[in-house]
Amino acid sequence: MAKGNGGRDVVIEVRGLTVGFGDHIVLDAIDLDVYRGEILGFVGGSGAGKSVLMRTIIGLLPKRAGTIKVFGVDLSAASDAERHAVERRWGVLFQQGALFSSLTVRENLQFPIREYLKLSQQLLDELVVAKLEMVGLDASALEKYPSELSGGMTKRVALARALALDPEIVFLDEPTSGLDPIGAGDFDTLIATLQRTLGLTVFMVTHDLDSLHTVCDRIAVLADGKVIAAGTMDTMLESTHPWLRAYFHGKRSRAGDREAMNVPLEPR
Amino acid sequence: MSDVLLQGTAEGERLKLAGAGAWVAENARGLEAQINAATKSGAAAKQVVIDMGRVDRLDTFGAWLLERLTRSFAARGCETAVTGLKADYRALVDEVHGVPPEVPARRRSNSLIGVVNSIGVSMVAVGASIGAFINMTGAVMLAVARVITHPRRFRFTSMVHQLDNVGWRAVPIILLITFLIGAIIAQQGIFHFRKFGADIYVVDMVGILVLREIGVLIVTIMVAGRSGSAYTAELGSMTMREEIDALRTMGFDPVEVLILPRIVALIIGVPILTFFGSMAALYGGGLVAWLYGGISPEIFLQRLKEAIDLTTFEVGMIKAPFMAMVIGIVACVEGMAVKGSSESLGLQTTASVVESIFLVIVLDGFFAIFFASIGM
Repeated sequence: MAKGNGGRDVVIEVRGLTVGFGDHIVLDAIDLDVYRGEILGFVGGSGAGKSVLMRTIIGLLPKRAGTIKVFGVDLSAASDAERHAVERRWGVLFQQGALFSSLTVRENLQFPIREYLKLSQQLLDELVVAKLEMVGLDASALEKYPSELSGGMTKRVALARALALDPEIVFLDEPTSGLDPIGAGDFDTLIATLQRTLGLTVFMVTHDLDSLHTVCDRIAVLADGKVIAAGTMDTMLESTHPWLRAYFHGKRSRAGDREAMNVPLEPR
Repeated sequence: MSDVLLQGTAEGERLKLAGAGAWVAENARGLEAQINAATKSGAAAKQVVIDMGRVDRLDTFGAWLLERLTRSFAARGCETAVTGLKADYRALVDEVHGVPPEVPARRRSNSLIGVVNSIGVSMVAVGASIGAFINMTGAVMLAVARVITHPRRFRFTSMVHQLDNVGWRAVPIILLITFLIGAIIAQQGIFHFRKFGADIYVVDMVGILVLREIGVLIVTIMVAGRSGSAYTAELGSMTMREEIDALRTMGFDPVEVLILPRIVALIIGVPILTFFGSMAALYGGGLVAWLYGGISPEIFLQRLKEAIDLTTFEVGMIKAPFMAMVIGIVACVEGMAVKGSSESLGLQTTASVVESIFLVIVLDGFFAIFFASIGM
């Protein structure tokens, strides 16, 4: 596996990735590394192509050029068996949860485990309770259908399903969107806890500045089809790029708050 | 699978268990068996020490099985201790430790009660769907009344669009099917009537059967399968995505905006399709009568004029708009009844087609009695 940045393992290596629809180039020769055990926050304006990059990495969208290596395996050159082996090692949390609407929560969580591993029904049932507990839900949600869950519960169940097979990488597409600030904060803590306990690598597409501040080890920024910056929060705050300044020093940012507080109030 | 992941050595009342290898999802099946075996064999033990020093990988599956092992010993009053656990895995094991012990039982019911229960539930559902049908008919009538008093509120563009979908685009398939049905009726008729020299009466049979019954029935069954299902699926997915609720909150009546144009389109489209369908069936019958039965077109037409009159044609055409209305209302009721899941969308679409075909045939029966009693 490739090493980079002080010898850390690179689990996802994207080189020269170009993706477009018709005449519109969404991602233009993008390079990106994700290191083992980090939480990478991926930001960018609406429609900048964050979700497109995520969906291209996990193989849902075709690419025009470039290579994507996950765990050192080039996915476009890999055989079906190799691809399967890689897919078995990642979990995906879709923006709307993408829970199977005709299955109960229990069945949703058991589905991937049942397909890949031949386990006893008793163990399956116990594991589902354990997984639900880990994402902060109790067993009373087991027999509910996805349409009966609240937004926050849907996200949690979807996260539990993404973690069902104990993946090494989880992809999170806007995990905190649609949650209230308390719920979003809880979810951030949850992701950070799970990342520590399970040793996950987390690739998180987000808009939530609080998430970026509290849980992300590194941040990558997508604008105009390029990754314009990648680094820690401090690097982002120090950057002079106009888009980064607008994003991290805007009215809604914490840095923005601090700056606003230093400005004396207008006399009435 | 054959790897030894857990090995026990008993020393009197003391049981030493040594874990080894990878306690991960892939090995969970084998590990569970070995853990169950260890629990059984250590039944006499009073003190259990589990050494995890040689376990080199651990995930949630392994952590849970370790937890299950310690719990089953603890439940028997054994002293249990876990030693040598790698620091990296401590957090995971602690996390799993907090899981409540009771796994809630699945809801199971007595099979006899289950059968009775499901009969009851489906009876109630039949009652509810009759209620929903009447309710929707009333809502449509109210919308009609509002549109008559305020004609500008009628969604003419929407109606034309639906008419294009259910009428114009259905013409080729309707023509093809009715043509084939007409041809088959004529062929069968000639084949059997020829035995007693009554081939010419095939013309009467084709004419009356097609114009009175078969034309309108085939067309409405086709429309129920083709357009009724589409209505249900459209309205159903709109319900699922809260589009109907959005319309309501903006002050629009979904019946007026979505349902009325669809039903009106069917009421206009189905009689036209019935007309074309009947003509195609007569054409198919005539063609077969000529090529297979040797009845020339002139004789066929002359015989047809004698066999049928305007009433025969009217009986078929009068039924068409009523059947169209039934198909439209059933499709819309079922569409609005869709719940959150994709499975329910499928169920309601099936129900829509089955119910509307059933009702069309029942309605046809009522019309037959009605027309017979008024002498048409």
